Amino acid sequence: MADLVCSDLCMTFTNPQTGAAVEALKDINFTLKKGELLSVLGPSGCGKTTLLNVVAGFLNQTSGSLKLGENEIKAPGVERGMVFQQGALFEWLPVSKNVDFGLRMKNEDKAKSAELVEKWLDIVGLAGFDDTPTYQLSAVMKQRVALARCLVNDPDVILMDEPLGALDALTREKMQSLILELWKETGKTIIIITHSVEEALLLGERLFVMAPRPGRIHKEYNLPFAEQGLTTSLRDIKQQPDFGAVREEILTMIWDMEEEIMSGA
Amino acid sequence: MLNWISFHRADIAAVIIIGLVIAFIWSIYVGRKETILRETDEVFGDPERTKGGWYWAVCGMSALMLVWFFFSWGMARAYFPNAANELCQIGKLNEAVSPIKATLPIESRYYKSTDIVVRNNEQLDALYARLPADAFTASEIAQLDSIYNTSKGLITLYSDPANLADEALRQFDAVANQLDGISDRLRAGPDGLVPSAEASDQPPWGVTEDEIPILATSPRGVLFDNVAVDAAVIAKSYTSVRNMPDEAGAMIADAKADIASLKDANKSSAFDEATAKTRNDYLKAVERIFRRLDDGLIFPAESLVGVHAAIDRLDDAIGDAKGSLSFVDAVFMPGEGVVKSRTICTEQGSARWLPKPTDVIATLGRLANPNTDEGGGFKGTTLLWWKWLAIADVVDFLIPDGLVDMLPGSYGTHDATGAFDPNYKDKLLAFASGEVSLGYVPMLDGHIWDSLFRVLVALALGILIGVPLGIYMGVSRFFKSFFDPMIELYRPVPPLAWAPLILTIFGIQDDGKIFLLFRVVFAIMWISARTGASGTQLSKIRASHSLGASNRQILKNVILPNALPEILTGARIAIGVCWGTLVAAEMLAGTTGIGFIENVARTVSDYELIWVTILIMGLLGLAFDLFMRLMIAKLIPWRGKG
Repeated sequence: MADLVCSDLCMTFTNPQTGAAVEALKDINFTLKKGELLSVLGPSGCGKTTLLNVVAGFLNQTSGSLKLGENEIKAPGVERGMVFQQGALFEWLPVSKNVDFGLRMKNEDKAKSAELVEKWLDIVGLAGFDDTPTYQLSAVMKQRVALARCLVNDPDVILMDEPLGALDALTREKMQSLILELWKETGKTIIIITHSVEEALLLGERLFVMAPRPGRIHKEYNLPFAEQGLTTSLRDIKQQPDFGAVREEILTMIWDMEEEIMSGA
Repeated sequence: MLNWISFHRADIAAVIIIGLVIAFIWSIYVGRKETILRETDEVFGDPERTKGGWYWAVCGMSALMLVWFFFSWGMARAYFPNAANELCQIGKLNEAVSPIKATLPIESRYYKSTDIVVRNNEQLDALYARLPADAFTASEIAQLDSIYNTSKGLITLYSDPANLADEALRQFDAVANQLDGISDRLRAGPDGLVPSAEASDQPPWGVTEDEIPILATSPRGVLFDNVAVDAAVIAKSYTSVRNMPDEAGAMIADAKADIASLKDANKSSAFDEATAKTRNDYLKAVERIFRRLDDGLIFPAESLVGVHAAIDRLDDAIGDAKGSLSFVDAVFMPGEGVVKSRTICTEQGSARWLPKPTDVIATLGRLANPNTDEGGGFKGTTLLWWKWLAIADVVDFLIPDGLVDMLPGSYGTHDATGAFDPNYKDKLLAFASGEVSLGYVPMLDGHIWDSLFRVLVALALGILIGVPLGIYMGVSRFFKSFFDPMIELYRPVPPLAWAPLILTIFGIQDDGKIFLLFRVVFAIMWISARTGASGTQLSKIRASHSLGASNRQILKNVILPNALPEILTGARIAIGVCWGTLVAAEMLAGTTGIGFIENVARTVSDYELIWVTILIMGLLGLAFDLFMRLMIAKLIPWRGKG
């Protein structure tokens, strides 16, 4: 395991027809230490997802460097696991086959794989669902399978692209607790993209608020709530006055940015 | 057993029809009850409302079968087995009096005499209006005028009742009286008449090739049959009556002399070619019209009134004698009814081209009989059976002889003693060309199997080649751009447009048809596999990359299963299109297959056989589709739920 170092990262999309360039990311600099929990927030079009795709290796940056430890990130890899908004499960496979997909692709020992699958299904709360077809699962169960599928590969960094966006408020809170538990137990580096300010505050040891045109890190926070969330109920944390204060501050910030986009457009 | 069923098909139909009526009424009863029960707690438009309802399927099928029985005259044959025979006898009577009716305004609008008068007057006037004056001399023109006047005069002469000979009048009266005599006999009824022994031995209606037994099998039939014989004699005497007034003889002789002298002038004189042709043509036209007037077939309208009335009375008498038969004829035999012509009576109307269900099954039974020596099968091939297939023939088909030619070394030669010792190449050639006996395996055989075999081989080839290509085209820019233009160019061409070319290149055997079907299947499979592959969600591909899968693994484990629903839907469509194209291809050329049977049946207008082939194709198509539905349910339960 190693640190994720991002220096002077730029990502420019050029429209092949008009030649117009859009600076999705410009001069992004940060260092994410091993085991840190980072949440990224920002208005639509600020480059959150682009940043995540670059880190995952789905896109290659136009300039700058991105390193996980000593290795330059150029392509997708098992050391960076990804959880998508809709789960992106393989619906033709049952739960266990979804979870051990990565292991099967690496031709891991079958008995060992089965053991790992059991362990992770148990942790995400899906013990006994091994043979259930995934198309029969509810949205929240699908996300649990997606988490297990990612974790069973033992990645260094876990990237989550609005993982709880499709869930209702109650199951969302349960999943937030689960993510915090997993973070604590596994000590993985986690980056979460979210639209929800509350979620960003709860699931962010560090929090980047990004701004659009060009996409950049507008403000960075270091927050205590994720650490607290491991012991205190999330609902109680939300009641705290300093939680409310930061929430209002960020909401105003994002509101202003949205206003600016509307008037500029 | 089969023969017994075939012979009693009318009785069997009678039982089936009763069963169908019961099923029809019962299913409506059950259906109504069920509908009333469920109507209270269901909302219109709810898809749940369409679930179930098998009794309506029973209702629909029995209704269809009843309609079929009705329009094919199956009901008439089942419940009124003598009706067709009796109508056939009436047909004989109608045929006998038809020469009389043909001259009267019964089946046409005018008396035949009126038609002759009007037409010839018109043609005469038209002919003389275009008389080529410069081709004839003045005296000749005078002769032509005379012929014209004589012709006109003859028409006037014939049409005047005052000129009609007493002899002709007497003859007409006699005909009318004789017709009345027939009418009286019909009204007297068939008492005491018995069908002949020969008639009773005839096979019943619809069992043999000539549908309706021709000899009268019932007393009423015998009455019509007997009367028809006399009517034929009366009709003959009627048609021999001539209207030849005394003055006519001299006029006809004069005109004939004029025509003869004009003809002679044409022969002897030396006219130039164009003039000679004009003269000849004109004279021919004049003579043609005159010939229609010199045989005394024009009668004054009044003279025919008596016969006309007698025929009307006869028609009434026929109607009375028919009695209940009129009802059966009108209700249960839609169309023209039974018509006698020459030596047979035939069904005319919907029953002509819509064979009775029991006859279709009888034909199917005959085709399905695997013993071709006993008249089973079609054109020496069974419908669906098995045979011993020589393995050597398969080897011959699979291994091209040219493969052996390519091996090193050369074939053996005969030695000095004239003996030939085969070397290894000779032996391999014998093997490859199927000359080595390798034993036999049981194999399906027959027209249905030949059709199925072509479809299955084409499907297998089309799927094996089309699916991988389609998937690669869905994921690779090179494959997509390289193959897209060529495939898109040939794909829109209707399959049958290729048929003449392909059949020319490959011949009329299986390979030509398989290739034709292959290109149909290939296009569909390729396009569906491609759509399926390119429709894979990006997030699934990215997830697989993040999970460490290689490109090959993603292709096999993500893109292929993801495209499976599209591929199976494509296969389902391909089977349907393939089946349709096959029959058309078999109709173009070939010696076996369902389409071949139908094509032969078409050329000989064997409607039963045509319907049998339609039935077989429908059932096989249904079987194919049910199989594909089962496959889809088994293989891709996640479809639409991902």
